[in-house]
Amino acid sequence: MFSPNCFTTDQEIAWCPGCGNFDILQALQEALAELELSPHRVLLCSGIGQAAKIPHYIRVNGFNGLHGRALPPAVGARIANSSLKVIVQSGDGDTYGEGGNHFLHTIRRNPDIAHFVHNNQVYGLTKGQASPTSDLGMNTKVQTAGVILSPFNPLSLALALGAGFVARGFSGETEHLKQLMKAALEFPGYALVDILQPCISFNKLNTFAWYKKRVQKLEGHDTGDQEAAERLARQWGDKIPIGILYQVPAPTFESRIPALQGEAGEKPLAGRPFNPGSLVHLQEEFM
Amino acid sequence: MEINILIGGAAGQGVETIAALLGKVMLRSGYGLCLDKDYMSRVRGGHNFSRLRIAGETPWCATGKVDILVSMDQETYFIHQDTLQEKSRIIYDPESFSLPQEEKRGVPVPLQRLAKEAGGAVMANTVAVGAVLVVLGMDTDSAEKLLQEMFAHKEGMVEKNYLALKKGYKEASHHCSACFSMPDKKIDEKRLFIDGNEVLGMSALASGCRFLSAYPMTPSTGIMNYLAGKQEYGVVVEQAEDEIAAINMVLGASYAGVRSLTCTSGGGFALMVEGLSLAGMTETPVVIVMGMRPGPATGLPTRTEQGDLEFVLHAGHGEFPRAVLSATHLEDAFYRLNKAFYLADKYQVPVIFLTDQNFADSARSVPPFDFQRLNYERHLVEEKGLIRPYQRYRITEDGISPRALPGQFSGEVVLADSDEHDEKGNIIEDADTRRRMVEKRLRKQAGLASEMEEPTLYGHQEPDILLMGWGSTYGALRETVDNLGFQGRKAALLHFSDLWPLPVKAVSEILTSVDKSFCVENNATGQFAALFRRETGLEVDHKILKYDGRPFMPEEILQEVQKNV
Repeated sequence: MFSPNCFTTDQEIAWCPGCGNFDILQALQEALAELELSPHRVLLCSGIGQAAKIPHYIRVNGFNGLHGRALPPAVGARIANSSLKVIVQSGDGDTYGEGGNHFLHTIRRNPDIAHFVHNNQVYGLTKGQASPTSDLGMNTKVQTAGVILSPFNPLSLALALGAGFVARGFSGETEHLKQLMKAALEFPGYALVDILQPCISFNKLNTFAWYKKRVQKLEGHDTGDQEAAERLARQWGDKIPIGILYQVPAPTFESRIPALQGEAGEKPLAGRPFNPGSLVHLQEEFM
Repeated sequence: MEINILIGGAAGQGVETIAALLGKVMLRSGYGLCLDKDYMSRVRGGHNFSRLRIAGETPWCATGKVDILVSMDQETYFIHQDTLQEKSRIIYDPESFSLPQEEKRGVPVPLQRLAKEAGGAVMANTVAVGAVLVVLGMDTDSAEKLLQEMFAHKEGMVEKNYLALKKGYKEASHHCSACFSMPDKKIDEKRLFIDGNEVLGMSALASGCRFLSAYPMTPSTGIMNYLAGKQEYGVVVEQAEDEIAAINMVLGASYAGVRSLTCTSGGGFALMVEGLSLAGMTETPVVIVMGMRPGPATGLPTRTEQGDLEFVLHAGHGEFPRAVLSATHLEDAFYRLNKAFYLADKYQVPVIFLTDQNFADSARSVPPFDFQRLNYERHLVEEKGLIRPYQRYRITEDGISPRALPGQFSGEVVLADSDEHDEKGNIIEDADTRRRMVEKRLRKQAGLASEMEEPTLYGHQEPDILLMGWGSTYGALRETVDNLGFQGRKAALLHFSDLWPLPVKAVSEILTSVDKSFCVENNATGQFAALFRRETGLEVDHKILKYDGRPFMPEEILQEVQKNV
């Protein structure tokens, strides 16, 4: 029997009481349990930041790597063992700032990875500087006259790059978020869920109440309509749509790698037997 | 007795094609040969050349003198005329340029026109090969067979190339036929004609490496090209968006269980450095082939240097164990790269394998490799040895924690962490665990040290003159020792392949008993000599350093040694 308890650990959680991360963690544990994924079949890759501590708080395989570099190890792991269900989870600074280049090119690759970005529009672990998604004008200790860079729009960018699954969730809508996570986990290919969450310590602008008042669950939206999805991705302000904006599968990265196809491809690359002596004939082309 | 051929021209004129064709003809005719390349960082124009040295036995390196100059443009002649001897010959296209009137060594062959007559200007290379063969007094049988193999899949091209070959052969025979006598053949077994990057690519594949991620960068791109051409063997090659992605992808694949490799040069390695440190902390096996070229910054992108030894020794924030090995010559590098994979897997550390443009782009005729010698032990924990619950960073006496893969055991998870962590892999900040984890990781350095191979003394066994070197200078140093021996000097070479942890026993024993010691390096600051001093407290008498982006020629080293003994 699978229950969210299968995924709990004995670690003391280092997040601030009331942080949106707790809800995201709970939604993930429930999603994995409902999809009946065994802990040893799941790999969670993260970078560095408050959100990126999540591999310590959920009992699955974990690769807690470098700041900004959560995606590349996940891609490598998918190639090495395509039987693993791979999730990438990190914050907005890690994903959209330090790791921006990997974000672009991972979308282009389209590996079968569910990507859950904890987006609180601020840097938490370094104590309150602007993040790429901070709203214009937000005052911080560094951005003393308010943020002057225009906010990064991950959903628009993902759609522009041809991502097959683009969604937005809100940590305060845990049940809804869980459903988004399950859909992303079951989607064949790269699936982005940008998750709005309050940072109760450092973001005094985008508070729980601020989000709660604005988020609106999508209803009756055609997830195959890319232009409608692009319009929804640009909506920000009084109303912020949450839900699946776009969902149309395309051939995955793994399905286009010769070594992972056919009979041999049924066994993960990591588990295939090998004997160096079998390759002596490689020398012939040089004779 | 040996023949030196230099083929020069602008990028895009087919210099490498002629050299490759001629090389293979010589190989199949039973000669020993070596080939090196000198090229500019451009796609068209400029001046590039390849040097082919042909002898009875396989020569160790290129030399500076030239018997046959294949001059695809006028510039080639002017640049290389000083290397010509009285009896040298110059093959050139008289319809493209003329030689000075006083130059009597020319063999005019209208390469372009004859190629067009044979069916297309693109075959000017084949015309030139025909001309070289007649000048050497060889027949065209081997070349014809080779053209047959190369062009069998292209309609009509075999016949056209035959014709081009014959035209070049006939035309040159009017001016010079058998102007040189070929060396006596001393090789009767099959040989490979292969360059450094191809040897490393083949070694990686045969070592069970099944994932390479890299960003193209000279001089290492050839390894990527080799493996990309071998995907039917189940190897995955992914061109990363940058070197940061490359090393992190490789670490992810390695963590998940595949022998993985990345290859780069100094600038790319600089970007990988944080990932190197991550490999140290997460104890993830990784092999990085680092093909050196002259820096700083972009430097001389297509040329050679041994300028990054200090860099790779110290790269990466924090203290963690690593091994550094180097490519000395083709026969050794095939097994040495396999050793890099073995060390990475056994000790769960990053291993840096140093090469340079001189090694990467130089080809020689070498005997077939012994694939049975290659190691494919993965050093993973097995069911019967598994202690549950599994702990990725279990503290052990030798510092090596039993390694399991994610998904390997039902009910067990594997947590790798870049933060300081406890045995389970969970973040910690307490002083005691931190201290124990630092010590655990560093204990692996002692194991690595025990795996390092002492250099063997080449040359006189009780030498007065000792040469020391590392990496790709092996061939030039070996020939220097031979030449000193011919002059009646007691000279020997200690050449290092394994560089870190530095094996110091052999050299410490001998250094005090020689009259003069020389450290020969392709850099400006004597980085190996400094490492050697740091590890032994001993100093060499002289440093012979070259840092103009070009490889050492044996005669240059000989001259420097003679000045100082």
